[in-house]
Amino acid sequence: MSDFTAVLAQIKPKLGCVADNLALIEERIQLAIDDGKELIVFPELALTGYFLKDLVPEAARRLDSPEIQRLVELSRRISIAVGFVEVTDDYRFFNTALYLEDGAVRHLHRKVYLPTYGLFDEQRYLARGERFRAFDTKLGRMGMLVCEDMWHLSASYILAMDGATTLICLSSSPGRGIEGDSLGSASAWQQLTSTTALFLNCRVLYCNRVGFEDGVNFWGGSEYVAPSGESLARGRLLEEDSISATIDEGALRRERIFSPMLRDENLFITMQELRRIERERGL
Amino acid sequence: MAGLRANTGLLRQILVGFVRDEVRKVGVNKAVLGLSGGIDSALVVFIAAEALGPENVHAICMPYKSSNPESEAHARLVAQACGVNFSVLPITPMVDAYFETFPEADNMRRGNKMARERMTILFDHSALLSALVLGTSNKTELLLGYGTLYGDMASALNPIGDLYKTQVWQLSEAMGVPREVVEKKPSADLWAGQTDEEELGFSYRQVDELLYRMVDLRMNREELVVAGFEAGFIDTVYRKIQNSHFKRRLPVIAKVSNRTIDRDFRYSRDWGK
Repeated sequence: MSDFTAVLAQIKPKLGCVADNLALIEERIQLAIDDGKELIVFPELALTGYFLKDLVPEAARRLDSPEIQRLVELSRRISIAVGFVEVTDDYRFFNTALYLEDGAVRHLHRKVYLPTYGLFDEQRYLARGERFRAFDTKLGRMGMLVCEDMWHLSASYILAMDGATTLICLSSSPGRGIEGDSLGSASAWQQLTSTTALFLNCRVLYCNRVGFEDGVNFWGGSEYVAPSGESLARGRLLEEDSISATIDEGALRRERIFSPMLRDENLFITMQELRRIERERGL
Repeated sequence: MAGLRANTGLLRQILVGFVRDEVRKVGVNKAVLGLSGGIDSALVVFIAAEALGPENVHAICMPYKSSNPESEAHARLVAQACGVNFSVLPITPMVDAYFETFPEADNMRRGNKMARERMTILFDHSALLSALVLGTSNKTELLLGYGTLYGDMASALNPIGDLYKTQVWQLSEAMGVPREVVEKKPSADLWAGQTDEEELGFSYRQVDELLYRMVDLRMNREELVVAGFEAGFIDTVYRKIQNSHFKRRLPVIAKVSNRTIDRDFRYSRDWGK
């Protein structure tokens, strides 16, 4: 594989306004195409906004809807990772991330871990995804996570074991915690993305939105984290931004030579112990 | 306690962004608020001036004849310090006209009436100026119920409702609210010599330490006692929170249909914005 250029589109979607958000997304895609970028990543639920509640059915789109097809079409010119509410033929609604490439849906990830604690209430409105799968793209093998998914070690672990070298996380993370030197949720996420990259020798592309919904702020701070765990590009806090990064294949190769933890990871022991735990829990 | 010590730079950025974003997405660019001469409204007017530009902020001082004249002077000082539009609209005629019918009314009824009189003036100015009404209740008084329902608790947006009084002091100092206002004793100024802390029976700093642990850290009664709080104080504050909870909720609706507003008809207020 060779290096590639990516943009993290740190946008401010409008709540429930699919047409407006599509226009915003198209505008960012066009700019990235003009800049010659190869991949553009949008936040979780970029097409719809986050606190949808009972708006979920109205804001949801089928994969064959004109809005999604428009994005699929645009992917002939640039690879696109984008989040929206997906409605299926059996009328389930998913918090979905799409990876679009060469005019096709290369991968679809439905958010598995729908948080329902604190200020979150996702599982009330949305159905839960059931798989984590890595997938091949022309930019390398990747894995996608939607926000809370990444807080479950097993999710990133599975994707890395499945061969992903780039983890893309689409996020709508609310800002909270004003006691420390930096915003509480920003510090927590930065620790998470860095540690995940470091443990799994993967690079992380994290795209978080900004703006306010009913007084809740989304803090931005989208970033590109190298496989060493070092953050190489980070977006502004709380403001719209566009973060460009060149994803360096050499850095991945070197990191995997220096710290081959993932190579040494023992899938047999892991599976054996997980099966034992499963058995003992009587699942 | 680290938890009550706020990162004022960050807080300022979030609250200024909040006012700017939430006001403008409604399609207006102005705000109106009551400026009492106290620290809470002073802080909110500073935040609003930074968010919207001082020319888009209208501060109204609404004294009653028993209000301390120093309050109006402080309100004027604050308005001048941040450059917002300032006017004085006394509420004595309206309030007195009403209580001519009820001369026996006690301080609580009179205080509530004054707070609600001010609310009607602010919401009238909201329509007059195409401006959103900014609330100035802090988290301490919201939790203790130390405010008038549909009076000073009424607003379209409240930038400081998640800040304890202790944090209001910190941010006010950081944003340059005049020292006279930051340092004076908090008072609802409903009658001469009234101070909040005397009326509540404890100091804001004391109760903030307790509230932070009880509400934010979710420490239970046992843990609070071990942390050094008197059991009686804990129980008093707990009861105040419980007994004033109705003030923090919308009116209760009797459910008869499948979709009752706010129970199973749920939308964000920023729906479509």
